[in-house]
Amino acid sequence: MATLEIRDLHVTVEADNATKEILKGVDLTVKQGETHAIMGPNGSGKSTLAYSLAGHPKYTITGGSVTLDGEDVLEMSVDERARAGLFLAMQYPVEVPGVSVSNFLRTSATAVRGEAPKLRTWVKEVKEAMERLNMDPAFAERNVNEGFSGGEKKRHEILQLELLKPKVAILDETDSGLDVDALRVVSEGVNRVRETGEVGTLLITHYTRILRYIKPDHVHVFANGRIAESGGPELADKLEAEGYEAYTKGGASE
Amino acid sequence: MAEAQNIPVGSTTAGQIAVAAESTVATRMSAPASFDVADFPVPHGREEEWRFTPLDRLRGLHDGTAVATGDGVKVDIDAPEGVVVETVGRDDARIGRAGTPVDRVAAQAYSAFEKAGVITVPKETVLTEPIRIVVHGEGGTAYAHQVVELGAFAEAVVVIDHSGDAVLAANVDYVLGDGAKLTVVSVQDWDDKAVHVGQHNALVGRDATFKSFVVTFGGDLVRLHPRVAYAGPGGEAELFGLYFTDAGQHQEHRLLVDHNVPHCKSNVVYKGALQGDDAHAVWIGDVLIEAAAEGTDTYEMNRNLVLTDGARVDSVPNLEIETGEIVGAGHASATGRFDDEQLFYLMARGIPEIDARRLVVRGFFAELVQQIGVADIEERLLAKIEEELEASVA
Ligand SMILES: Nc1ncnc2c1ncn2[C@@H]1O[C@H](COP(=O)(O)OP(=O)(O)OP(=O)(O)O)[C@@H](O)[C@H]1O
Ligand SMILES: [Mg+2]
Repeated sequence: MATLEIRDLHVTVEADNATKEILKGVDLTVKQGETHAIMGPNGSGKSTLAYSLAGHPKYTITGGSVTLDGEDVLEMSVDERARAGLFLAMQYPVEVPGVSVSNFLRTSATAVRGEAPKLRTWVKEVKEAMERLNMDPAFAERNVNEGFSGGEKKRHEILQLELLKPKVAILDETDSGLDVDALRVVSEGVNRVRETGEVGTLLITHYTRILRYIKPDHVHVFANGRIAESGGPELADKLEAEGYEAYTKGGASE
Repeated sequence: MAEAQNIPVGSTTAGQIAVAAESTVATRMSAPASFDVADFPVPHGREEEWRFTPLDRLRGLHDGTAVATGDGVKVDIDAPEGVVVETVGRDDARIGRAGTPVDRVAAQAYSAFEKAGVITVPKETVLTEPIRIVVHGEGGTAYAHQVVELGAFAEAVVVIDHSGDAVLAANVDYVLGDGAKLTVVSVQDWDDKAVHVGQHNALVGRDATFKSFVVTFGGDLVRLHPRVAYAGPGGEAELFGLYFTDAGQHQEHRLLVDHNVPHCKSNVVYKGALQGDDAHAVWIGDVLIEAAAEGTDTYEMNRNLVLTDGARVDSVPNLEIETGEIVGAGHASATGRFDDEQLFYLMARGIPEIDARRLVVRGFFAELVQQIGVADIEERLLAKIEEELEASVA
């Protein structure tokens, strides 16, 4: 069973010629089939955690460890992590001019699966996945994320999630910027992947809204660069009622 | 739109906007066009037409100190049957008909060449194989002139292939008879030290079609002036360009389409990728729609893809319209970066770095390469692009 283990993770960024510690000792274990919601105020370091796991070059790991099934993730390059089974649906997906969605998806699936998918089944697979996400087939011929609306970018991220079938999926604010219909469509996409029981999900969000569609097994409150409290789904209800104030008091968060 | 309009736009990767001078295309040049080098003052670098060019790397082509060495370039011409290939003296009447030198180096080339090449495709001759002109730099300095003339309704593809090392100033004239169709592919695949400056003039006959691909990969400094004018109505010109500018290279393409007669079309698409410190690409796209040129339809576009920090693009489209009675006129210039965020995004989907770069650059150039229609050239260009990319990642 695939397991992602994060132990005492410390991460800094360089900003304005100064080194700033953002993650201050994160501990978390995500097992295949589990869904963990990470909730926290703006600027608490949620995206930093997501990017650090995916290997973004801006973030420097200064301490701790991350392993996937015992393999040292921090030693791997960005593409190796993805091929090892990590997937990050980004809060702000990047536009890639000149590269069509269909070419991108196929190249990516070829890299992750280790061989080129058979063309006929592949075309069908993509078409059906796009249909389920209410994506116009014309998107396949557009350039990656170029001119996509916020909601279209998020659907495109979930399309990739469905096609790449990772062991651990990190979804960074996949709910932000979505209207109710889009939120439902995107959540259904995530749930289809979860229902296979083969993915561990780390659902990063600021709001409880998405948790009505995607039911977490565990909820963690993220504040000031670490997990401040962990609990079951009831913790989300408490946050819904009380907000993050209890965790940010005393200037803990910036 | 009765009055003349001047619409300058431009961008550089440094973030500033390069704006063309407010004068017209003609008066922006520091001297009127002439075949005589003595009519041009030696440039000092601040002239509008020289301000982007590092004069100190022209190896004396601009100030009269570059002397032909006799072993400058070796030229081999391979032409299918029916084509007439000649070497002629300076006084041959066919030389210089397509256009007049517009700067000092072009005039220097015109004033200094000893023999010119003339290739003629007689009227109504339709070639099925390209004419290949192989220009190989032998390490010296050379001045040259080439004429390619198509008779009425003739059809031909000409490939001019530059490689090796040389300091070369060479002009080319393309003269298209009525209804003729000419496709020209000029490949600048020079060694690192080569310097190549030239003016390529096309005179497009009535109802004739001129299609040009200017492909620049190599050289220390390449500066070309592809220019088009029309000899009668109904002419069409498509000017495509592709450049891959590496560290330290200066590649400059200065185009002019002169819509001097009514009911002609032009379409200009130049695309460049840049990588490495001090890679510098310059693109000037002048389109002039003269008062007489009603019914003109023109569009020009320059796109640049900056792959690494340290590269610089100056892109200046400039459209001047002296008549409102036109079908269409448009222009666009965009310089985009292939940045670390794009690389991260693609790699985060399992794609290795070299493949990620390849994906982006191939996609960027593909639509242009596919239009060349000469299979071995298309394959070579794609292979060359890969090679450039591998070199950058290694
Ligand atoms: N690349 C960076 N350079 C400078 N500062 C950064 C960088 N990335 C993150 N930070 C800082 O780190 C802190 C945490 O940012 P992060 O984006 O991880 O927060 P977040 O919890 O995802 O917030 P949000 O809810 O707004 O998405 C912030 O103060 C942010 O300004
Ligand atoms: Mg965030």
